[in-house]
Amino acid sequence: MTDSKYFTTTKKGEIFELKAELNSDKKEKKKEAVKKVIASMTVGKDVSALFPDVVNCMQTDNLELKKLVYLYLMNYAKSQPDMAIMAVNTFVKDCEDLNPLIRALAVRTMGCIRVDKITEYLCEPLRKCLKDEDPYVRKTAAVCVAKLHDINAQLVEDQGFLDTLKDLISDSNPMVVANAVAALSEIAESHPNSNLLDLNPQTINKLLTALNECTEWGQIFILDCLASYLPRDDRESQSICERVTPRLSHANSAVVLSAVKVLMKFMEMLPKDLDYYGTLLKKLAPPLVTLLSAEPELQYVALRNINLIVQKRPEILKHEMKVFFVKYNDPIYVKLEKLDIMIRLASQANIAQVLAELKEYATEVDVDFVRKAVRAIGRCAIKVEQSAERCVSTLLDLIQTKVNYVVQEAIVVIKDIFRKYPNKYESVIATLCENLDSLDEPEARAAMIWIVGEYAERIDNADELLESFLEGFHDESTQVQLQLLTAIVKLFLKKPTETQELVQQVLSLATQDSDNPDLRDRGYIYWRLLSTDPVAAKEVVLAEKPLISEETDLIEPTLLEELICHIGTLASVYHKPPSAFVEGSRGVQHKRLPPRAGSGESTESPDVGQSGPSEAPPAVIPSQGDLLGDLLNLDLAPPTATVPSVQPSMQMGAMDLLGGGLDSLVCSSPAMGAGLGAAPAAMPASLGSAPAVGGGLGDLFDLGGGVGMPTGSYVAPKTVWLLAMKAKGLEISGTFARRGGIIQMDLSLTNKAMSVMTDFAIQFNRNSFGLAPAGPLQVLTPLSPNQTIDVSLPLSTSGPVMKMEPLNNLQVAVKNNIDVFYFSCQYPLSLLFVEDGKMDRQVFLATWKDIPNDNEAQFQIKDIHLNSDVASNKLQGSNIFTIAKRTVEGQDMLYQSVKLTNGIWVLAEMRIQTGNPNYTWMCWRRPHVRECVSQNDSPVIS
Amino acid sequence: MIGGLFIYNHKGEVLISRVYRDDIGRNAVDAFRVNVIHARQQVRSPVTNIARTSFFHVKRSNIWLAAVTKQNVNAAMVFEFLYKMCDVMTAYFGKISEENIKNNFVLIYELLDEILDFGYPQNSETGALKTFITQQGIKGQHQTKEEQSQITSQVTGQIGWRREGIKYRRNELFLDVLESVNLLMSPQGQVLSAHVSGRVVMKSYLSGMPECKFGMNDKIVIDKQGKGGTTDEPGKSGKQSIAIDDCTFHQCVRLSKFDSERSISFIPPDGEYELMRYRTTKDIILPFRVIPLVREVGRTKLEVKVVIKSNFKPSLLAQKIEVRIPTPLNTSGVQVICMKGKAKYKASENAIVWKIKRMAGMKESQISAEIELLPTNDKKKWARPPISMKFQVPFAPSGLKVRYLKVFESKLNYSDHDVIKWVRYIGRSGIYETRC
Repeated sequence: MTDSKYFTTTKKGEIFELKAELNSDKKEKKKEAVKKVIASMTVGKDVSALFPDVVNCMQTDNLELKKLVYLYLMNYAKSQPDMAIMAVNTFVKDCEDLNPLIRALAVRTMGCIRVDKITEYLCEPLRKCLKDEDPYVRKTAAVCVAKLHDINAQLVEDQGFLDTLKDLISDSNPMVVANAVAALSEIAESHPNSNLLDLNPQTINKLLTALNECTEWGQIFILDCLASYLPRDDRESQSICERVTPRLSHANSAVVLSAVKVLMKFMEMLPKDLDYYGTLLKKLAPPLVTLLSAEPELQYVALRNINLIVQKRPEILKHEMKVFFVKYNDPIYVKLEKLDIMIRLASQANIAQVLAELKEYATEVDVDFVRKAVRAIGRCAIKVEQSAERCVSTLLDLIQTKVNYVVQEAIVVIKDIFRKYPNKYESVIATLCENLDSLDEPEARAAMIWIVGEYAERIDNADELLESFLEGFHDESTQVQLQLLTAIVKLFLKKPTETQELVQQVLSLATQDSDNPDLRDRGYIYWRLLSTDPVAAKEVVLAEKPLISEETDLIEPTLLEELICHIGTLASVYHKPPSAFVEGSRGVQHKRLPPRAGSGESTESPDVGQSGPSEAPPAVIPSQGDLLGDLLNLDLAPPTATVPSVQPSMQMGAMDLLGGGLDSLVCSSPAMGAGLGAAPAAMPASLGSAPAVGGGLGDLFDLGGGVGMPTGSYVAPKTVWLLAMKAKGLEISGTFARRGGIIQMDLSLTNKAMSVMTDFAIQFNRNSFGLAPAGPLQVLTPLSPNQTIDVSLPLSTSGPVMKMEPLNNLQVAVKNNIDVFYFSCQYPLSLLFVEDGKMDRQVFLATWKDIPNDNEAQFQIKDIHLNSDVASNKLQGSNIFTIAKRTVEGQDMLYQSVKLTNGIWVLAEMRIQTGNPNYTWMCWRRPHVRECVSQNDSPVIS
Repeated sequence: MIGGLFIYNHKGEVLISRVYRDDIGRNAVDAFRVNVIHARQQVRSPVTNIARTSFFHVKRSNIWLAAVTKQNVNAAMVFEFLYKMCDVMTAYFGKISEENIKNNFVLIYELLDEILDFGYPQNSETGALKTFITQQGIKGQHQTKEEQSQITSQVTGQIGWRREGIKYRRNELFLDVLESVNLLMSPQGQVLSAHVSGRVVMKSYLSGMPECKFGMNDKIVIDKQGKGGTTDEPGKSGKQSIAIDDCTFHQCVRLSKFDSERSISFIPPDGEYELMRYRTTKDIILPFRVIPLVREVGRTKLEVKVVIKSNFKPSLLAQKIEVRIPTPLNTSGVQVICMKGKAKYKASENAIVWKIKRMAGMKESQISAEIELLPTNDKKKWARPPISMKFQVPFAPSGLKVRYLKVFESKLNYSDHDVIKWVRYIGRSGIYETRC
């Protein structure tokens, strides 16, 4: 019998033919036809049109045919609910059949048909099947309760099925127990607070008995359920452990891992001075090692879990280093994981072996693997001090190979070694410098620059080296730019006489020509430091850095504890809590390890568990030497209050920049708002009432108060974007703001429905300026009824671009556990004015002349009672910069420039006549932008 | 739990698609094809997360099996299930191939319906499944009530792997002790690492529900008995026993009994299955020793001499011996002289492959080769990969001995003595390498 022929029928008119065959009198022909239908269904063809014909075949005594029809029903019933009802009778009848296999089949299939009307009819047969005399029917019915709960939870509760299910835990048949446990565990997950499982010593005892008798899968369900139990004391915990340990010898790796989970969890409660504690530790190692001889996919799961176990209890596997050595034939995912564990287990005792292995790996083919191996050598050096020298020489050998990515990776780790052992291995710097030209990855370049800056006094041509990087400053990534800035400042502080020019160059590059706020901020801080107090600068910049910790990439202890509770599951594979990848209410619960055993904690013997991260969490400092972190510890308050005094000895040009530049630096600290806020404070309050729709500009001046406004940028009040009645109770109001160079969307989410809302996510349609969320929507807690949450969503402008009508229209989709909702809103264009929109005077003049007349537009803004200076100040807060000012016949003319995030410049002239300001806005090249700017800006100014 | 299960051919066409949960849509089928099967690079992980949906996959020849879920499932269980699924299919229709899957798609759907309910794995022992899922499918109607309840109690019962009423005219069992011995040795002959991973595979053709007890020379058991005062001389038995690092058992073995008494008792499945797996690292008999000698003559020539010594009883014969001697990448020519077997330089594999059909114990054999090299300006030294070896020997390198396998069947009239038992030991090379 070859069924493959059913896959090959692709004729036209097939459906009609099938219809005829399905209604044929001959049984064989009917069956053939149903097979063809199923084959078509498998490959994705829509055969739902045949629904009534297929269902007609259901009344048969041929079991195989019946199963095929059921399969069809499960697939299509949802799309044809009215016709599906035709099947109910057969189901109900089958549930009474003499053959237990048919009874079970009927109840199993019925549960898979997600049609409300059918569900109603399911209750009675299900109730009978739960009490069936045959265990096969009972075990199927137990799972069916979980199915029904997924469709209609309320119904399951009302019908009392949960209690019947609980009773099945005491069933005489182990498989019924196992399935009941599985079903209850799943239902309990969606009721986090209910005490559904109600585990107590009696039920635990029943489960442990069933554990010995049921199938391998059943053992997994039971063990996973046991893991959620909290024993009352250490004795109960020990007795459970004793009964679970035999599972460690099971051939099924999942049984072993689930048993390990239970033991790891309950061990927490055992006093450490107990003999049994030591025995248990010893018993855990061999099965974990054995898991590594399983098939590669399982090895991968096991290794991800061992990675967690090693972090939690390093003593278990400390002698088993060798088994993690990489084999030539291992798949790459296994190799990478083994490498990780090797580093975690590296110690003085085994370091020689480990290094020899790592050196071998560094000559392999797979680039990722080689990189990780090189990095691992560096981590060994940091972890085991005695081996550092050998590691460094190994790394030097590898650099000699001149393999590009090996060299780059080696330099990155050598930087970390320098941070751990300062002034010890600088003899290698010469070799590193030889490879300067071959570095093309930002991380390696940054590392190299850091090394040069750090050891500038010992490198004769440090200034030349750094200068060579400076040439292409703007093409470098931020990481490199920041590092270069710091390195040159270090160099200047060490060799002030020869490097003045260099430092001025880099400071002006960083502060004037860059639009990266981090870089500019750091540039200003240095500039300020150097100009006010070089001695302090030296203390700050050349301060002794904290040593980096030996343990890098450790999982944060609370997360680790949670993951230990999820051993064997996807969470332990991803190393993420379930809430990070599971939708809906499931998995929102955070699991915790049981509280530690009180006794023995203090009398803990030194050799056991001393290295457990949970007891003495080492201070984890990121190994990527990020100097900004060190710098930010500075107290910025004093310098902001004092007027910058010029140090004559510094002989710096362009000092005026300091003044102007600092002002914007100052804006980022709330205390300094006064500088901007002083003039507007005098504003008549009535101005605030200017039209606010679409981002009323008038409010810009309300800033006068300056309260709580971190930057000078104007923020419109929130307007309602999404009505509750249109969005099943979710109301969204919001506005846009630009703070410290970052565009933010401020949202207020209000739940006006009756039920809790969770799982918020947001997405934008393509829009004119490529606005897109820069991160996920952070609604951490569920939104309960009548609650309002304010969130601020940072936006980037790197999203896909599509012209919208109007230009500043933004279409937004917000999703929660209930549905997806769409709305659109308009953002003020001032949102897109970037901070470095101040055009050079000369350039401005030249461009102004070039603007064609038809690109010019004029707008009038009325009822402004401001003088030109105040207005100009105010506009600067919104990144509309006044380049020049002219007074002609009592009229003030302000020439202004604005730069949009997508690099378009807008130039404007503003005429102000006392009492009746009249504005002319002109912009170049993009007429549609112009219109929009005008619409937007009128509010900004008035 | 598992939300759906798909089987694809190498082109990514769906052969089987069964969805168990409402949260898995038809688009999941395509997502996996696009992101994994048609992905350009090599598979970087057997678990893939695409749009909050997790895909677990295994590959058998060019067939992809993928399990899909949106929940935090037990990942180890999902993979174990996929392997089991492959075993079941193989037991039903042989090799897993596109043709076989298409030919048996109805059967596969029937199996999937039975062994996975709402994504929860159910009894998946082929022994039990074959009693009621048959390719004829009509059997259901002709069963008596007793037969039916027998099936259901077997599927759900404690001994799901064996059906009642098995009868053999000749009660017979075969035990194969299959070991693979792994070695890494330094050029000076020092053992860097060595371990044996072994399996005990049993073929049982026994009537009824036989209770079996398996005994081997496990050190812990022997020592216990030694204390009890058996006739064995303690010193002697101590030598013959072996220390087992770890072992795992087929689900038929009563684990709690092993844990408490270290005795291995079980009711075996019918036919072939793997009774246990084990690992040892102490006192391993290394069947061969490789003594390499590499001499660089100038910059363009290498002289290699390799001696292999067999280290077991002279009466035993090792088979299928193969020694692989790596050569540098810039080799231009090789001359080989060997006393026994055949040796060939394989340029495509960068190695000299020396094959010997048979070799008795306590013998030695030698190969010498002259390797001519092209002069290169490559500064990088040749890394000298290790010399590897393959072989098969008729004993267990771990020293494991089967002491007994007792069969008790109280209901039928045959006793332990009537059962014909066969034991065979096969030792194979795993990764058996000597650095040079």
